Amino acid sequence: MKVLLVAESREGKFLEYSYELFGFAEQLGAETAMLLVGREDELPSYGGTLYFADSGTVGEYNPDLHKKLVVAAVEREKPDYVVFSHSSYGWDLAPRVAAALSAAQLSEVIGVAEGAFELPCCSQKMRRTVKPATAVAVLTLQSGAFQGKRPGGTAQLQRLEGDDGDKVKFVRYEAAEARDIDLAKAEVIVSAGRGIGKADNVPVIAALAKALGGQLGASRPVVDSGWVEHSHQVGTTGQTVSPKLYIACGISGAIQHLAGMKKSGFIVAINKDKDAPINEVADVLVVADVMQFVPALTAKLAK
Amino acid sequence: MKILVCIKQVPDMESRFKPDSTGVWFSEADLAFRMNEYDEYAVEQAVRLKEQLGGEPELTVLSVGPDRVVEAIKKALAMGCDRGVHVQDPSAHLKDPWQIASAICAYARKQQYDVIFTGFQSQDRGSCQVGVSVAEILDYSCATTIVGFEYADGMVTVKRELEGGVKGIVQLKTPALVTCQLGLNVPRYPTLPNIMKAKKKEIEVVAVGDLLHEESRAATTSFYAPAKKGSGIVLEGDVADQVDKLIGILKEKTAVLR
Repeated sequence: MKVLLVAESREGKFLEYSYELFGFAEQLGAETAMLLVGREDELPSYGGTLYFADSGTVGEYNPDLHKKLVVAAVEREKPDYVVFSHSSYGWDLAPRVAAALSAAQLSEVIGVAEGAFELPCCSQKMRRTVKPATAVAVLTLQSGAFQGKRPGGTAQLQRLEGDDGDKVKFVRYEAAEARDIDLAKAEVIVSAGRGIGKADNVPVIAALAKALGGQLGASRPVVDSGWVEHSHQVGTTGQTVSPKLYIACGISGAIQHLAGMKKSGFIVAINKDKDAPINEVADVLVVADVMQFVPALTAKLAK
Repeated sequence: MKILVCIKQVPDMESRFKPDSTGVWFSEADLAFRMNEYDEYAVEQAVRLKEQLGGEPELTVLSVGPDRVVEAIKKALAMGCDRGVHVQDPSAHLKDPWQIASAICAYARKQQYDVIFTGFQSQDRGSCQVGVSVAEILDYSCATTIVGFEYADGMVTVKRELEGGVKGIVQLKTPALVTCQLGLNVPRYPTLPNIMKAKKKEIEVVAVGDLLHEESRAATTSFYAPAKKGSGIVLEGDVADQVDKLIGILKEKTAVLR
């Protein structure tokens, strides 16, 4: 069995999470080849075949061009699976490659089964097993589902070139917003999720954070709704945190949120839904209405 | 100008899910359905584009699924879409993303839309494939996970959400398709007068069999709840009792409370 792993780089820098692709290949027991559009002074630690295009020449991500490059490598390599990370690059490019190859695509793979793959569904609450029906299949892997592995060695470059399509034009990057609060230094974070119900309830969560000498955090929906400022957001598009104590109030636990807080020392989840994905990482689950439980806890701590 | 927004109706994600008799998807018994959250942002952005252009563009909302999806179409009409298309398919849940995209394209190709909006993903399947696949089949330019959208003179400029808070600004030639991320805008609530007005709007019904001639490329073989890790302590019952127990646990297991 053979896999073509599609690694990522941004502004010439190789993205570390691409090493998770090797962890997947190892679990599958497959031979590997890799493809990267990046810079020659930023190659992965890998001694196999590396299909390579220079981002200095072809520029930042251009979907039509990258699709052509991947298809060209697939034609030469004839892999069973073409594998991406389930990232802003992978979920954008994978369906284009699948369409070009008339191949099945399975998104956000978290596990390997006999000739099939395990995928999450229903906002991470459930799982399903899916079997591709095409000779080659395109996969994207959930971030963190497979361990990062550095095979080591010096890659054997197979250079690829391609024309820049002009349907989609990259203009520029916009840097992440400056943070006025560094949650990474907090020992205690008490985070508000959609389960708090409304913006008016944010001070109740902030009061518990204060009573514990900690900071207020928030999940994405709460920030998107404008209840809490973005600088408090925990998760892949916010801050990654690992406090001694993390209390999630009314947070269901989207994968992007879990990725930002699961390394916390001790995790308490307060939630009415016993099946919420946050419970998978919680040391203690309090099955309760957040707006009843949190004020009671704050009051008791004040005594 | 013609605009299309594709929406899906999904169950409330706070529900408990159980396999149905086929064992490959959830049973719909006791589930409440609503418009996929990401699609609400897509509908809002489509309505804003129509408004920006003085109401001139015709804005169509399309949904594939059983008869219940008409409720989601009606909500989109009340938010400001002009007409609805219901691609009637009682077994849409057994189709793969490629088939859903193919059915949408069979309808959309004849209509020659200038801009198509979809959600970034559905909350139940979460494949992130249908929108991009539609763009590939129709040969439209496409950008995913947008958190900013501007249209001027036949060009679409979007802000894509990338990892670590970084955004990528990308320009698309029309015809274009964009997939909408949470936070792109603030979706409006339909007002009562608009809900009444929406009742008079046309909903065209097309049988999926008239549109879809593609075989499935992937098959779901099982649907199940993840194995519980079971390491966590679960506190249930009286709130005062839960508070005391939690404080006890925090004193014992963390250095935060003494």
